Amino acid sequence: VLQLLRGVQRGSEDRKSSLGRLRRALQNKETQQKFVRLDGSIRTLIGLFTSSLADMQMEAARCLHELSHSSDPAVAEACLPVTSYLLTYLSGHSVEFTELCLYTLGNLVVESEAVRKQLLPQGIIPVLASCIQSPHEAVLEGLGYVLSQLLQAKEAPTEIVPLVLDSVLPQHMLRLVCSGLKAGTGAAVEFAWCLHYIVCSHTANAVLLSLGALPALTSLLLDMASEIPQDAPEGLELLVCPVLRCLSNLLAEETGCEGQIQDERLLIALFLILQSFFQQHPFIVQECLWLLNNLTADEPFFCSALLSLDLLPALLQLLPCSQMAGVLVLTVLCNVAEKGPAYCQQLHHQPALPLLLPALALPDPEVVGQCLELLHLLFLHCPEAAADFVRQGGHRALEQHQSTPELQERVRALLDMVGQPLGASTFSSCHAALSAFS
Amino acid sequence: MLTLPAGLHSRLRERPPAPPRPAPPLPPPAPAPSSSPSPFAFAPRRLRLGLHHPLLEDGDIHRHLYLQGVLTSLAEVAERPKVSEFSCHISGCCQVFDTLEGYEHHYNTLHRNVCSFCKRSFPSGHLLDIHILEWHDSLFQIMAEKQNMYKCLVEGCAEKFKSSKDRKDHLVTVHLYPADFRFDRPKKVQSGPKHVSSPVKQGVGVPMDVSMETSEPFPVDPMEIGPSENMEIPHPAASPGLGVPEKRHYKSRIPSTICFGQGATRGFKGPRKKV
Repeated sequence: VLQLLRGVQRGSEDRKSSLGRLRRALQNKETQQKFVRLDGSIRTLIGLFTSSLADMQMEAARCLHELSHSSDPAVAEACLPVTSYLLTYLSGHSVEFTELCLYTLGNLVVESEAVRKQLLPQGIIPVLASCIQSPHEAVLEGLGYVLSQLLQAKEAPTEIVPLVLDSVLPQHMLRLVCSGLKAGTGAAVEFAWCLHYIVCSHTANAVLLSLGALPALTSLLLDMASEIPQDAPEGLELLVCPVLRCLSNLLAEETGCEGQIQDERLLIALFLILQSFFQQHPFIVQECLWLLNNLTADEPFFCSALLSLDLLPALLQLLPCSQMAGVLVLTVLCNVAEKGPAYCQQLHHQPALPLLLPALALPDPEVVGQCLELLHLLFLHCPEAAADFVRQGGHRALEQHQSTPELQERVRALLDMVGQPLGASTFSSCHAALSAFS
Repeated sequence: MLTLPAGLHSRLRERPPAPPRPAPPLPPPAPAPSSSPSPFAFAPRRLRLGLHHPLLEDGDIHRHLYLQGVLTSLAEVAERPKVSEFSCHISGCCQVFDTLEGYEHHYNTLHRNVCSFCKRSFPSGHLLDIHILEWHDSLFQIMAEKQNMYKCLVEGCAEKFKSSKDRKDHLVTVHLYPADFRFDRPKKVQSGPKHVSSPVKQGVGVPMDVSMETSEPFPVDPMEIGPSENMEIPHPAASPGLGVPEKRHYKSRIPSTICFGQGATRGFKGPRKKV
């Protein structure tokens, strides 16, 4: 390694090929570590990195990029003197060079808190904020990458997100995400993930909501759903996923903002997305169902849309997908049932029971528990359902869980409910009194 | 296969959205049961999930694999189509190239932010503006005597200083810049010794040449010296106790098999298959 360094320090004609050899050698982990420990190595690289010989500069940049791959924090920290130059060059015009600097920075940010601690006072956020106005897609995608790594840092909610919110970054990110289907999908993907990280920090949502994030992202989701299956670019799920997450978390804010998106096409979009992706990318199921829960939890609007658009059968088909999907499907159904008798009747007439009964036989107690909650609501608001349940063999389906600790109380309560003939509510207080003695 | 009712796609394209159907009225709240409390605890609730919630894990893995995969399939940089040698067309610049990308980079770094007065080039428009103000604005020195005129070099920092040295101190202490930042050299006081002088007296923002023997002359002033051998470069400061770096689950970094440089033409291609 020392040889390589000397070859590069010597001012000879073939310095460029020496640099090339160094770069290839630096693809090796141990070489990376040895190199940074050599006296003067980084200093030399910086000298070449800031040289006015374009070839030399580019090759030195590539060497630095190789170093940035190291998972040894000591290597990242050895690169600390380079950061001010990396930032300076981000405002330059050479697209390829800027891109390289961006990805190098992004890599360094991942590994080292020391690097992040230095980059913030060095002004990385204002530099990124001016870079985001670049017209070059490759630069934007690299920029998105750096930001996405910065925003995942553990100190991000307190140290980084406030700085980002204070800049013009959020509005540009939103713009680039929403135009991502027409141009720059790669950059849109990066910034969508950035928005997701920002939204998760829960300090940002007022700003994002005031920028119109909810309607903008909703509209984007509708557009994405209309692209599939025919013209969907490969990898669309990488954009769909963070957009779903942003919508779900933004809706979970208590600011009463859901009135902005009372558009039943959102449900259509969700199910079209589910239909297209659930086999190849099963993780999409829980992401969509999370949003569906947040849409149906409070306002009845989406509950009735779910019924009137005849989407219940599709929803029920998702029950067996996974444990998480099962719980979420049943939770959404509970959201619907909780809205009252009219909803329960429609649920019952789907018919829902033939699909719920098998759910009682599933091995997971959490799924079964959620099913019991649903049945409770159904029977409460729609006594007809209770009768049909018994007729379809519901008793036996319930009894199998009588000894499961987290289920037994609810099972017994349900058995009580279905054991009573219609209108015999006077029995319930007797029953309660009797069970107090047993 | 998920079966959906027919005609959904076309309903999606309907604009504007139909006015919301009036939802069936909600029942009045049920009277509290007089008997023992119900074991049923369900209440509809919007879920707010944090970064590390289990529901998000599968999607995060997919994201991580995407970052690894897309960048793995980028071609190695060395194979650039070579063209017959040509030289830079800017008068006075005799650099020669055998790839278009090499020329592009050269042009963009050396012939873009160029000072029209002294022809020096700068890495960014920001530094160029500061240079012009401090070196070529005849009023600058006069005004600098009365007020703080030396702007901080960091974009986004509005501080101004009464001298170049004060500015440099600010850069080092507040912005953690290296003390020998190459793009911050105080303006030379004397008009131009031809020999290699002490590094301190370099012009502001002059891109430094690494001292090396090359046969190509440059448009930059021959007084600029290379930094490597005769510069004082402080060793990278030892990082004070940092604690254990956080182990996140899916740190997405470009794997070392990537070498960069597809340039501006790379568009979104999604997870690509290895060729």
